[in-house]
Amino acid sequence: MSRVRFIAVWIVCFALLAGAGAGGLLAVHAVLAPEDQRELSRLLAAGGNILFVFGVILFAAGGLLADGLVRVYLAPLRRLAESTRLVAGGNPAYRPEPGGPAEVRELYLAVNALAERHETLLRSVEDQIRQARAELDDETNRLAALMSELASSVIVCTIEGRILLYNEHARRVFSGAGVPGYIGLGRSLFSLLDRSLIVHALDQLRQRLAQGEARPVSVFLASPGPSLLLRARMAPVMGTASLQGETREANGFVLLMDDASEEVALFEQRDQLLERLIESARASLASMRAAADNLESFPQMGLEQRARFTAIIGAEAQRLTAELDRATRSHSDLVRSHWSPEQMRAADLVALARRRIEANLGLRTETGDIDETLWVSVDSYSVAQALSFIAGRIRDELAGQDLRFEVTAGGRHARIDLLWAGARPATGTAAWETEPFRSGGEASPVTLRDVLERHRAETWCENDATAAGSRFRLLLPLTEPVRTPPAPVQDSRPEFYDFDLFSQPAPARELDDRKLTQLAYTAFDTETTGLDPAAGDEIISIGAVRMLNGRLLTAEVFDRLVDPQRPLGAASAKVHGISPAMLAGQPTIVKVLPAFYQFCEDTVLVGHNAAFDMRFLQLKEAATGLRFTQPVLDTLLLSAVLHRDLGGHQLEAIAARFGVSVTGRHTALGDAIVTGEIFLRMIPLLAERGIVTLRQAREASQQTFHARIRY
Amino acid sequence: MKKRVLIAEDEPNIVTSLEFLMGQVGHEFRTAVNGEDALRVAAEFRPDLMLLDVMLPLKSGFEVCQRVRGDAALGRIKIIMLTAKGRETEVAKGLALGADAYITKPFATRELLDTMKRLLGE
Repeated sequence: MSRVRFIAVWIVCFALLAGAGAGGLLAVHAVLAPEDQRELSRLLAAGGNILFVFGVILFAAGGLLADGLVRVYLAPLRRLAESTRLVAGGNPAYRPEPGGPAEVRELYLAVNALAERHETLLRSVEDQIRQARAELDDETNRLAALMSELASSVIVCTIEGRILLYNEHARRVFSGAGVPGYIGLGRSLFSLLDRSLIVHALDQLRQRLAQGEARPVSVFLASPGPSLLLRARMAPVMGTASLQGETREANGFVLLMDDASEEVALFEQRDQLLERLIESARASLASMRAAADNLESFPQMGLEQRARFTAIIGAEAQRLTAELDRATRSHSDLVRSHWSPEQMRAADLVALARRRIEANLGLRTETGDIDETLWVSVDSYSVAQALSFIAGRIRDELAGQDLRFEVTAGGRHARIDLLWAGARPATGTAAWETEPFRSGGEASPVTLRDVLERHRAETWCENDATAAGSRFRLLLPLTEPVRTPPAPVQDSRPEFYDFDLFSQPAPARELDDRKLTQLAYTAFDTETTGLDPAAGDEIISIGAVRMLNGRLLTAEVFDRLVDPQRPLGAASAKVHGISPAMLAGQPTIVKVLPAFYQFCEDTVLVGHNAAFDMRFLQLKEAATGLRFTQPVLDTLLLSAVLHRDLGGHQLEAIAARFGVSVTGRHTALGDAIVTGEIFLRMIPLLAERGIVTLRQAREASQQTFHARIRY
Repeated sequence: MKKRVLIAEDEPNIVTSLEFLMGQVGHEFRTAVNGEDALRVAAEFRPDLMLLDVMLPLKSGFEVCQRVRGDAALGRIKIIMLTAKGRETEVAKGLALGADAYITKPFATRELLDTMKRLLGE
């Protein structure tokens, strides 16, 4: 355009020049005497051709000069303008290479100097913001640590069911087998839990809030997967009242969830056990009572009859006793099957047992060799009870007085030894194993054998080689020591927090008119066997990352290899470094694509040269029945919109321009992440050009696309 | 007054006591040890009253009760249901299906005899 403008300006200038020349001649002509006028006309007629040629040459020379000026001055100026915008809005570290004539070069230097100051200023402002934020981050991190330490799942949602926050426990539970849907920021809770259940619980909360309850909680059971039963507690998150006197309304809710599967199963089994017991007890008692009543009411009955009734009472009493025994056994089996062992140091276990022995048996205990590094997985109560029982037997049967404990490693076992000065049991420990424990004079149904079985442990007695004494040895399998779990998030700022979403509008039907800054995106990339999908080239890898609120959610990625069911091209293998062996046994595209479809549902797709990837996806429509109909933005086209004159729209070139570091180039996930980061940095630059909504971005892309096609 | 009583009960030890009791009180009685047996005996013996255990083999006491009430030929046999479960819902179900009384085990024989007297209008 500007070039045309310059030419036009020259034509006007030339016309003015020519007009001035002609005007001058006419003026001279007017003041001359008639014969001189004739002479002038004759001279002009004679030299007219020369004048005309001279005029044409002047016109052409002027035109070329104007065009030259355009080339020399305007192009570098335009480049400078784009560079300045990039510095101002995208990459403050970017410095254009000075070019063009001296004056323009001066301008470049001036702009670069300004850019330098701008960057310094920006950095110092950023530093200040960082500092100011550090305190807030500390608090956020304390909350994050608290939440990640919770042994319950926590999910916070907007009132529409969009997930704002979740903890590590929730991620684990909802990423487990059989749970449909994905957990993720901005995703719908209803893909994880039944919508009607949540809506019902919310209604209850609202009702109770309306009734003036200050802290209502709604409790329900939810089963998001086949073998998963959760007990959920829902509490409202209250919005702030904008007007005085206005009632506050819930604008979100917190879900606190615990695994209830085991508990419910245990409860049900206990219930059944109790019911069976009640039934058979009632039946036996009925028989006994009827017989007793008869004996009492009809004392004149014959001896034979009397004997019959007496026998009934005896038999039923026995039956009832047996039934009670059976129920007691079932109950302890039940409790046993639901026991959850704790990981602890063998040394701590011994300390626990010693306290118990000294308190209950009045024996003196001491410790010898104690290996502090051994960890065992035990029900500490029952093992301490077992050790205490053994100590009691040693005291009562073998007159042992002072007991010494040792803990040593033996292969994959921890050896817990009880040593005493005295004989060992003549018949071994077999009798001890089946004798029920006693606590406070009452027999408990548990025996040493039970405890050993449960822990896959063994015991025996032997002579103590070092001293004239005996040793009781308990062998417990070793487990991995419990280490403090690694921090669940690498960043200082956890990925799980995104309270900005509270102000996010519910997904509008007119997606197109929403601002680019308000949309959820999936940046994605594919690796393929070759470049020609129509000729049978196939996808071998899909990588994607979600973006929300101007942030790349690096914890929410999709990264799958795909068996292309055809040989890999040697040329393509060089690009992506995926070998046929890596693809063997991977799922086919028919399996992977539905998962990807779900992953990117309800988001705008962002790709680099996305048309290529979309073509591959499109060709799978027939096989999978999946249509990727969501809007797609292409960073290649957007780069052309922003930087027509800066050149180079390959992913690397754009990344360099925006100061995005490239790692894992030519892996699908690596490229998807780079694409995503570039896109996020493009958004403010697009806004400077008035491209704010999705519609505007798509239209601008389309125009550039046509412009590029035409070239 | 001599009445006909059907004892539908599968626990032999309580059957012994009930049979003795009926004999002592002077009723004519028959015994059935499962649900189908109970219906058959009811049809031929035509009892005035039935002592019906809920947990009978083959057909539950509830089923027997419902059949008896649905059979016009059997007339208004008085039915006392006996149960070892003793849940309130179960009592409600028994009464809804047409039982005249519901006795939870264990019970005093005095209580049983009183209920029988009341139902038989003695």
